[in-house]
Amino acid sequence: MDFFDDIIIDIKQLTFSRGERYICKNIDIRIPRGKVTAIMGPSGTGKTTLLKLIGGQLKPDSGSIFLDGDDIPRLGRSDLFDVREKMGMLFQSGALFTDMTVFENVAFPLRVHTKLPQDMVRDIVLMKLHAVGLRGAAELMPSELSGGMGRRVALARAIVLDPALVMYDEPFTGQDPIAMGVLVNLIKKLNQALGHSSIIVSHDIKETLSIADYIYILADASVIAHGTPEQLKRNDSEQVRQFMQGLPDGPVPFHFPAADYETELMEGC
Amino acid sequence: MQAVADNLILLGRFVLERIAAIGRSGMILMHAVIARPDPATSFPLLVRQLYSVGVLSMIIIVVSGLFIGMVLALQGYTILVDYGTEQAVGQMVALSLVRELAPVVTALLFAGRAGSALTAEIGLMKTTEQLSSMEMIGVDPLRRIIAPRFWAGLISLPILTMIFSAVGIWGGLLVGVEWLGIYEGSFWSNMQNSVDFFDDIGNGLIKSLVFGLVVTWVAVFQGYDSVPTSEGISQATTKTVVYSSLAILGLDFILTALMFGDL
Amino acid sequence: MRNRGVELGVGIFMLVGALALAMLAINVSGLSLSNQQGTYKIYARFENVGGLTARSKVTMSGVTIGNVSSITIDRKKLMALVEMEINADVNYLTSDSSASILTAGLLGEKYIGVTSGAADDEILKEGDFIEDTQSSLVLEELIGKFLFNQASE
Repeated sequence: MDFFDDIIIDIKQLTFSRGERYICKNIDIRIPRGKVTAIMGPSGTGKTTLLKLIGGQLKPDSGSIFLDGDDIPRLGRSDLFDVREKMGMLFQSGALFTDMTVFENVAFPLRVHTKLPQDMVRDIVLMKLHAVGLRGAAELMPSELSGGMGRRVALARAIVLDPALVMYDEPFTGQDPIAMGVLVNLIKKLNQALGHSSIIVSHDIKETLSIADYIYILADASVIAHGTPEQLKRNDSEQVRQFMQGLPDGPVPFHFPAADYETELMEGC
Repeated sequence: MQAVADNLILLGRFVLERIAAIGRSGMILMHAVIARPDPATSFPLLVRQLYSVGVLSMIIIVVSGLFIGMVLALQGYTILVDYGTEQAVGQMVALSLVRELAPVVTALLFAGRAGSALTAEIGLMKTTEQLSSMEMIGVDPLRRIIAPRFWAGLISLPILTMIFSAVGIWGGLLVGVEWLGIYEGSFWSNMQNSVDFFDDIGNGLIKSLVFGLVVTWVAVFQGYDSVPTSEGISQATTKTVVYSSLAILGLDFILTALMFGDL
Repeated sequence: MRNRGVELGVGIFMLVGALALAMLAINVSGLSLSNQQGTYKIYARFENVGGLTARSKVTMSGVTIGNVSSITIDRKKLMALVEMEINADVNYLTSDSSASILTAGLLGEKYIGVTSGAADDEILKEGDFIEDTQSSLVLEELIGKFLFNQASE
């Protein structure tokens, strides 16, 4: 397995619950360095939660998450902020700071974490904005951007510090086909050009399969399958096939758990 | 029996949840206050917040101060003129404004004008994941977002209270002297004889400091702790206004009893 | 630039606040900076202070020369003990001065009126007592006396 010679993130026996419900239970995931890894699964299976756990915004019930030897759940508050400089994260909504221009948004991590002179900050920001094709929008406010453009600006901000790891939270949801294509290309190109590792959380199968090097599928709080896209396409587990082919009903039920349909209808009589 | 037990469990959960909320708000206050400010970045942020919290509240404060001072003078005059002591209008206006009305009314207006805006702003930042993304960039939102807003509120309210008092007394002068014809000299001298700088104005200032602390604390906490949905934000905004108004009125009684009550 | 406007606004806000405080201090409470000179304490015992409170004025010939700082009971003589703070520049009250509790107008506040005596050689100092005092006029006592006199005539 040449993939796992060099791993950047090693998740061991991770358990996290909300109230009575397990979001993940004894999960093991390894993220190879320099590759695009996708974490897929139906909505509501805790994929975003997993990203927040990696980012240290949530603390797991048990288990560990190693990023280059640092166990994230056990870091103190200030160490955590240091480790986060190595991560970039693209949020589902873009999460641009609405009171700053596009330029200032992208410059923000640089201003906070480096003491670079003004003209260097300016050059780096313009380079990153150029990479996402929005150099011309530098002086706009986030409210003046379309959703897809906003996400690209957020992407520029996520990579401005050249992080070792970039996490994408549902980057394709709610995008028109063109914007989606642009983003897919961008993620792939940036990953190759800048050499960072990427984690994509998504349930858009076609787009994700086209760029992912390795895929984990989550369901019922655990990893039900993992492998390269080819391996997964050949996987004959029913659960995996249902998800990969987008069948409406199967082992992952269409119906939310409920009382028996007939009895409930009859009760009303 | 079962119903009683269920209700008891619900009550217990409710109480525990309240206590936990108090704990969370205390932690936020601690972080906001202790956060070591970096003057280069903190100062411009503070100035910006002083603008949106303080300067933008000025118009409503000036207008209400003016009218409340005018009404006080008018009401005081109609009562005092029966006893032939209408020169005491100045004293009455000044004392009631400086000791009581200016701190309380300013704080109530501030809670409605600036407190609710703070809650909504922070709540919206939370909903749009701006706070999370700031955290992921490696910046503590408590220091960057909460602390400057907190300090701006704490600084602004006493200043607004002073403006309210001054404008109110000027409004009283306008009605009492210009309109009702009280002799201006006795208006001022009665006032000066009865108002003490430290006991009256100083205590009013202390009140407004306490109110500023409470209102901004409630506002930033409700915003930071809000449920990140549009409904959650509207609830948090309502809570800010209700809780801080109740806290202001309750604390005002306690502070008044301590300061002027000869207890 | 927009930033400049914000800074100007905040600057004006702070200045207006400071001005309001100054106006309250000087115009409303009559605080004057020259008044920050020292004071000295003198005492007087009264049969009855009826209505005099701490912070009441102490005057001489109608001019304020200090104020009452505290009122307690002298437990030995069972009289009210009034502590007064007199401005330091009023350093010519003689030891035979008299203090009386007066009323400003019919319903007005109580204050202490001090009349200086003739003993030029002995000036009141910190901690001295004014022996010659006249208590507050209590309306009920006055009426009582009047009726008693009427009856005895």
